Amino acid sequence: MSVFRAFDHPYFTHALLAGTGIAAAAGLVGYFLVLRAQVFTGDALGHVAFTGALAALALGYDLRLGLFVATVVFAVLIGALGRRGRSDDVAIGSVFAWILGLGAFFLTLYSTRGAAHGTAGVNVLFGSIFGLSAGQARTAALVAAAICAVVALLARPLLFASVDEAVAAARGVPVRTLGLVFLVLVGACAAEATQAVGSLLLLGLLAAPAGAAHRLTARPHHALALSAGLAVAEMWAGLGLSYAAPRLPPSFAILAVATAVYLATLLTVRPRRDHTVTSEEERDDVPTPSRL
Amino acid sequence: MSLRGAAVRVGGRTLWSGVDLEVGAGEFAAVLGPNGVGKSTLIKVALGLLPITAGEVRVLGEAPGRAGHRIGYLPQRRNVDPSLRIRGIDVVRMGLDGDRWGVPLPLPVRFSARRRAARDRIAEVIDLVGASAYAHRPIGECSGGQQQRLLIAQALVRGPELLLLDEPLDSLDLSHQGAVAALIGRICREEGVSVVMVAHDVNPILPWLDQVLYLAEGGAAAGPPREVITTETLSRLYGTPVEVLRTGHGRLVVVGGGHRAAGGGGHGHHPELG
Repeated sequence: MSVFRAFDHPYFTHALLAGTGIAAAAGLVGYFLVLRAQVFTGDALGHVAFTGALAALALGYDLRLGLFVATVVFAVLIGALGRRGRSDDVAIGSVFAWILGLGAFFLTLYSTRGAAHGTAGVNVLFGSIFGLSAGQARTAALVAAAICAVVALLARPLLFASVDEAVAAARGVPVRTLGLVFLVLVGACAAEATQAVGSLLLLGLLAAPAGAAHRLTARPHHALALSAGLAVAEMWAGLGLSYAAPRLPPSFAILAVATAVYLATLLTVRPRRDHTVTSEEERDDVPTPSRL
Repeated sequence: MSLRGAAVRVGGRTLWSGVDLEVGAGEFAAVLGPNGVGKSTLIKVALGLLPITAGEVRVLGEAPGRAGHRIGYLPQRRNVDPSLRIRGIDVVRMGLDGDRWGVPLPLPVRFSARRRAARDRIAEVIDLVGASAYAHRPIGECSGGQQQRLLIAQALVRGPELLLLDEPLDSLDLSHQGAVAALIGRICREEGVSVVMVAHDVNPILPWLDQVLYLAEGGAAAGPPREVITTETLSRLYGTPVEVLRTGHGRLVVVGGGHRAAGGGGHGHHPELG
């Protein structure tokens, strides 16, 4: 089977190693992004990731340094601008276009320095997961594992704070700090995902598996695990597709699979929104005399 | 819970002062008054989220904020987001262990006595509020009354000695107001839980009330409902003639004395009841 020959190529095993970790982290972080209605934050951080990476290149630093510094700093900034650790649309919208313009400036600065630099912009925007070295893949996988560990540690109080902020605060959950730490995780995750699918497409990796998991189960911890599992499976399928059909860029293949899975859940799982059904059940909402 | 000569300032404005209230174990107290007078603020003070500027507040024998695990709290809210895909039982569970770090290990329940105890306790409170039929549905798909019952179960799950409820009947239609009020009254009587409830309308909870704290811009009055919700007391509080009428079914209607400055007084109690 030609698929098994894929593992003979170091570039493929590197992509698989980094991709698995990145997908798992994106799935976990994405579940909470969808739950907290902060998906837009992920999008904004994608733009920041682009600018950060190109700023680092233009100034002669490692691309990943720029990625992580830019996304984490902006995640904190978004949290500080938005009240109560929850970023709001105006705060994001007001910085967002300017950041992208700054990215274009750094791109010009960098690509005019040498002809070989011309593809840098494309690589950051659309990812180059098959171009990762062994060291880069290992670092990406380790950072992803750290993100997953922190999400697992915070999962229960973060869930409480996301669903029921006032009650969680009264119970002593540090909701504001949790919100900020979560945004830092989103920032780190965006920087990671940029290396796999690129800054323009990372939103799909954060939102599609999480959205599908939200539709497939209403048990929060199952949904969290399912979101990570779906993301990893979609990553593997995308990498396999891209290997089998080299015309397909890996980021396209990964997101095509992710979107297809989400669409499938959209078409097959129909959450009941019909409140006329509940009105009938409400009649036995009034306690029966035996209960009183 | 007790307040003695308590006063609070929010944003440089004294909301209320000279508030005395004594709620004994297993008593049901209502906090009434027009909008914006600081009823919810009183709950925040009791939770220790806001300091008082004068007087003394004790909650379950301790300073506010010290007895958090012995208090069940239901904040004021509108309905839950209909797209929230989390089961009612999971929301109840958050009240039990939602503040613990880490994720529950996916081990079968039979290997852990604590998991079994948690599961039984959750089933018990859900049964107590009569929500067993819909606790496994996503809470966003439940009706307002069903959501309120599940949230009361969440507040009850740790076996609190005091329930602080902020307008729990506000988002419900009239028939459900009566049912949820009856549920809260029953929990207070049978489980011996003290209840302090901010209310917009006193009538649904009137049969269970031991104490009333009436807040108005002119001051505060506390005591048994028959002594507080009277023409004399409310007229003095509002500083304008106010009339309290009693309908044939024993319901109370507060009517402002023709003076618009009396403001919220008339809003407090809906004349359409009864």
